[in-house]
Amino acid sequence: MSVRRLHPEQPKNFAFTPENEAWAAATIAKYPPGKQASAVIPLLMRAQEQHKNWLPEPAIRHVAEKLGMAYIRVYEVATFYTQFQLGPVGTTAHVQVCGTTPCMLRGAEGLKDVCRKKIHTDQFHLSADGAFSWEEVECAGTCANAPMVQIFADTYEDLTPELLEKVIDGYARGTPPKPGSQIGRKASSPAGGFTALTDPALYDGSTLGGWQHRLAEIDAKSALTAAASASATAPEKKP
Amino acid sequence: MALHDRDRIFRNIYGVHDVSLVGAQKRGTWDGTAAFIKRGPDWIVNEVKASGLRGRGGAGFPTGLKWSFMPKADPRPSYLVINADESEPGSCKDREIMRHDPHLLVEGALLAAFAMRAHTCFIYVRGEFIREREALQRAVDEAYAAKLIGKNNSNGWDFDIVVHHGAGAYICGEETAMLESLEGKKGQPRMKPPFPANVGLYGAPTTVNNVESIAVAGEILRRGAAWFSGLGKPNNTGTKLFQISGHVTKPCVVEEEMGIPLKELLEKHCGGVRGGWSNLLAVIPGGSSMPMINEADCQTLTLDFDTLSKLKSGMGTAAVIVMDKSTDIIAAIRRLAYFYKHESCGQCTPCREGTGWLWRILSRMEAGHASKSEIDLLFDVTKQIEGHTICALGEAAAWPVQGLLRNFRPVIEARIDQFTEKRRAAE
Repeated sequence: MSVRRLHPEQPKNFAFTPENEAWAAATIAKYPPGKQASAVIPLLMRAQEQHKNWLPEPAIRHVAEKLGMAYIRVYEVATFYTQFQLGPVGTTAHVQVCGTTPCMLRGAEGLKDVCRKKIHTDQFHLSADGAFSWEEVECAGTCANAPMVQIFADTYEDLTPELLEKVIDGYARGTPPKPGSQIGRKASSPAGGFTALTDPALYDGSTLGGWQHRLAEIDAKSALTAAASASATAPEKKP
Repeated sequence: MALHDRDRIFRNIYGVHDVSLVGAQKRGTWDGTAAFIKRGPDWIVNEVKASGLRGRGGAGFPTGLKWSFMPKADPRPSYLVINADESEPGSCKDREIMRHDPHLLVEGALLAAFAMRAHTCFIYVRGEFIREREALQRAVDEAYAAKLIGKNNSNGWDFDIVVHHGAGAYICGEETAMLESLEGKKGQPRMKPPFPANVGLYGAPTTVNNVESIAVAGEILRRGAAWFSGLGKPNNTGTKLFQISGHVTKPCVVEEEMGIPLKELLEKHCGGVRGGWSNLLAVIPGGSSMPMINEADCQTLTLDFDTLSKLKSGMGTAAVIVMDKSTDIIAAIRRLAYFYKHESCGQCTPCREGTGWLWRILSRMEAGHASKSEIDLLFDVTKQIEGHTICALGEAAAWPVQGLLRNFRPVIEARIDQFTEKRRAAE
């Protein structure tokens, strides 16, 4: 369990922009009538995105009022789910380094050292210019491309300390590298070439329609068994 | 045995082909869907039952059987909830399905929902998977536009999909925590019974299935139960997305037959263990909560539910974490203990407090700063957690530590001796 508290310094108020207001209405409408509380996580997330990627206390109240929920219920949600940043994060990038065992086995410690050196010695602290911050997160689900970092919506995978420095420098220059594998792998395929999915017949449409033959066979078979059982029951009728 | 490409279900798992509806249809997705629906829900349930498909989320419960638990005539609406909260350390397969082959999931969702007489499906994607969620939403939008789903669609079963998301809580992968989270609450697991099939989302009948279990449904109906059950081993049928991470030359995600020997999997697709097979220390076979398998057992290990549970481990999500001899095995498990401490929802005392104990004791043991009697104490703590919690996170936290103690007790003892000697020398 992670114990999390709101930041001591908070803005006075918060309101969704008109665009986000419209987006929120559409999101609430996705859930059954009376179940608008289901939209609490998406709305809080949108509020966080609107507010420099961290969630202030007035936004928690704003979302609670919008959804007809008690403040405490929304506060519980905001403090329970660790993707909600309760204090300021870097304006250019908040670097989330996965530190769980699969990434650790492939060198996540080295990535944390890069963050300590380039951003701040401690996680959740802003760099001197306020542009960067970092944190160690738990498994981000890209284990076959470990180690990795996530920066806002994008992941940077197959990293080494040098490659992470390049990523951070890219963000600092305003030209972040292309997300995904930083060593040129196709997603999570084995480096150096595919060991599966090389048969061109899978992709030319020649596999289509095979099911028709199979269903026809099933139908023929059930017609046969129906006929057989009809003829099998017929003799029983004889005295 | 070698799995042919034509028997692979996920044909765009690396995303090199067209992800859109047109591309997916050319690979066979949405082919025959309406015809399967015409045959009725019972036909679909029976095919899936006969295929032997076992849930791909970790527990391996027969999927067709799970579907058949849903009430057939209930005034309440029925819901299908798809668990895309992939967070088990080592697991990274659902991500690839959602971003590269999402139509298999959308089609499977329709078929599964129809089989359970549900008109609504929620897909709960973990919050960190932002690009994956966008890709999935694109596929859902395409399916709506093409009238494959939605009201009065061409498949003949009114069906809506809502792509929902979390915000970074591992526990929401537990099915009842997921329902709580979907209802807008903290993700704290519910007591069972009542089971979700009776009282689930919004108090209505609900079935929660893993992404991979749903995504293979369409292909099972297309190729037939006999085809699927002909792959793999008896009671462990079909194909499976394996995710290999850690100390192999080329980590990857690959679809292979159930029951593939570990050695074959690593050598065929991953370039083998880093530094050669003889450099292997241990393997965590099914995601972080499964106890590790030592090098001796790895020699002949096959990856399937039954073999692994016989070895007191488990298939889990088929996330194979390989560790070579350079690994500090105590540190590796200490990091997992920290993970479970961080992710415990805090509801049950044995888990909330116990996971912290495990992490603290292991942290000292990693340095050697412990007494040997604490090794038994550590084991005792795991036993105090295991079986004393509402959900399985307690077991998930306890098992990796038990696996460490079973296989590497001498390593811990040596570490303690080393530390004690150093300290004595200093004095």
